[in-house]
Amino acid sequence: MTNGQQGLELESVTKHFGGLHAVEDVNLRLNLGERRGILGPNGAGKTTLFHLITGVLPLTSGRIRLFGQDVSGWPTHKRVALGMARTFQITSLFPKLTVLENVLLAVQGLRKMKMVMLKPLYKYKDVYEKAEKLLTDVNFWHLRDQEVRNLSHGEQRQLEIVLALASDPKVLLLDEPSAGLATGESHEMADFLKSLDPGIAILLIEHDLDVIFEVVSHISVLHYGEVLAEGPSDDIRNDPKVQEIYLGKAE
Amino acid sequence: MVENLAEKRRIFIVLGAFVALGAVTPFLDLFMQSLVTEILVFGILAMSLDLLLGFTGLASLGHAAYFGVASYTTAIIMTKEDWTWTFAAFQWADSLGLGLFYIFIFGLVVALAFAAFFGFLAIRAVGVYFLMITLSLAMVIWGLAYRWSAVTEGDNGINVLGRPSLFGISLESEIPFFYFTLAVFLICLGLMYMFVKSPFGKTLVGIREREERMQMLGYNIWLHKYLAFIIAGVFSGVSGVLWTLFNLFVSPPDIELITSAEALFMVALGGPATLVGPVIGSAIIRSLQQFISIYVERWPLILGAIYIITIMLGRLYGVEGILGLFGKFRKPAASPETPEG
Repeated sequence: MTNGQQGLELESVTKHFGGLHAVEDVNLRLNLGERRGILGPNGAGKTTLFHLITGVLPLTSGRIRLFGQDVSGWPTHKRVALGMARTFQITSLFPKLTVLENVLLAVQGLRKMKMVMLKPLYKYKDVYEKAEKLLTDVNFWHLRDQEVRNLSHGEQRQLEIVLALASDPKVLLLDEPSAGLATGESHEMADFLKSLDPGIAILLIEHDLDVIFEVVSHISVLHYGEVLAEGPSDDIRNDPKVQEIYLGKAE
Repeated sequence: MVENLAEKRRIFIVLGAFVALGAVTPFLDLFMQSLVTEILVFGILAMSLDLLLGFTGLASLGHAAYFGVASYTTAIIMTKEDWTWTFAAFQWADSLGLGLFYIFIFGLVVALAFAAFFGFLAIRAVGVYFLMITLSLAMVIWGLAYRWSAVTEGDNGINVLGRPSLFGISLESEIPFFYFTLAVFLICLGLMYMFVKSPFGKTLVGIREREERMQMLGYNIWLHKYLAFIIAGVFSGVSGVLWTLFNLFVSPPDIELITSAEALFMVALGGPATLVGPVIGSAIIRSLQQFISIYVERWPLILGAIYIITIMLGRLYGVEGILGLFGKFRKPAASPETPEG
């Protein structure tokens, strides 16, 4: 099964909170450059699954491999250092810092200079250049001196992703990037996600079906912590079981 | 991109203020000279706590512990003649004119060791639990000072007879000691300023603002907090060494809970995450204590009133501390392009 393309691999991943089986025996493979979606109603265990993958929560049982390495017991920052990044469902930026300061913190996250204590940050030209490139790519450079709390919700959702991209991840976990966006903004978000470097493998949690079908090629459907169905997007769209529990509940 | 003009002007103003202080102090009376020195000593303590409270968002209620161990260490190595090797080593260093270096190195190593040990116990906790653990650890130090009388003289405290000289310059009288304190203060301010502007210093602000995001960006949060805790402890130790040299006496009340709490007040009153703000806080609290306590027995009431007014005004204008209010009133129309959020 193993080959050079291996990005993220979950093997019988399980998480119980006491009697609550939040995630039950989930198997999932995300190859390098692949885009995969996770679909499921509220409380299906999608965000918990992300917490397990990133190491914020410990596994009850199972195994997580990242680029072929077993990282099941690793702390978050070590997993991130391997080349993984994640965004949050509830915007999780540094609200009182400026846009540039936010991105600078993200850029220095995986660099050794983050431990330097007696040389000012502004002397690190390469860090600034990287931040400038990231912000210019999304047309945010003119916002660099704005405090993040003054940005619109849509801009904040996009900055969430910019911070995650700052470390040049090979595996990117996106937790509902279009949460709280209006329909038009959701489409922009989908376009933005499609424009990302195709070399980045993406695992996308999304409630907005338009976004998820547009961005990913494969979908896993979670229901009460278990994988209910898995396959190419079109198959999932037409799967009667999936339609019943998820698509059938149209708003 | 490089540090902007406003920042350069701020540095200029702060340095100018301390040069002015250095120029004026010799013309003050003895009481005032000693007050100014005391303000600087506690200014270092307050700034060191600002690294934790203001920049990292860690409210420690036990910051006097490292101040305490350093001040007691200083007093002990200068006076304990029956601890032959430390005393002999001090005598020897002093005869070479290096007594002060010996004291500082010894005192700071002890402060560092305690901060490293206590930080290890405390850093895992957050919020109120962190507050309680730091408080109780500081009470352990106080208890040691109070009860371990074979070493600390317990209740009686330790009298220190005179200050070591610096390269043959006597620091016995007020003015030379004031300049010495000012020099140490400025070195500490400079080091802490560089620290908070460094990449590491910026990570602390990130941790204060959003810890889980910092974790996801690849930072080992625990390590950063732990190092910040130790560094703040060492600067607190500098303040403690200076305190013993200044006061020539150290006793348990110097290092009890009140000192830790006062340091917190200094930071909150002056303006957290500003470094200079806590020094202003130190000036206000120490001056009040010295002046008003002569006329009003319950001087903390007045301090409380000032504190409440500052906090309420700060709330009103969306700033923190006296320094924040000062900035607000100096340029009331300083928001040319603040967008509506």
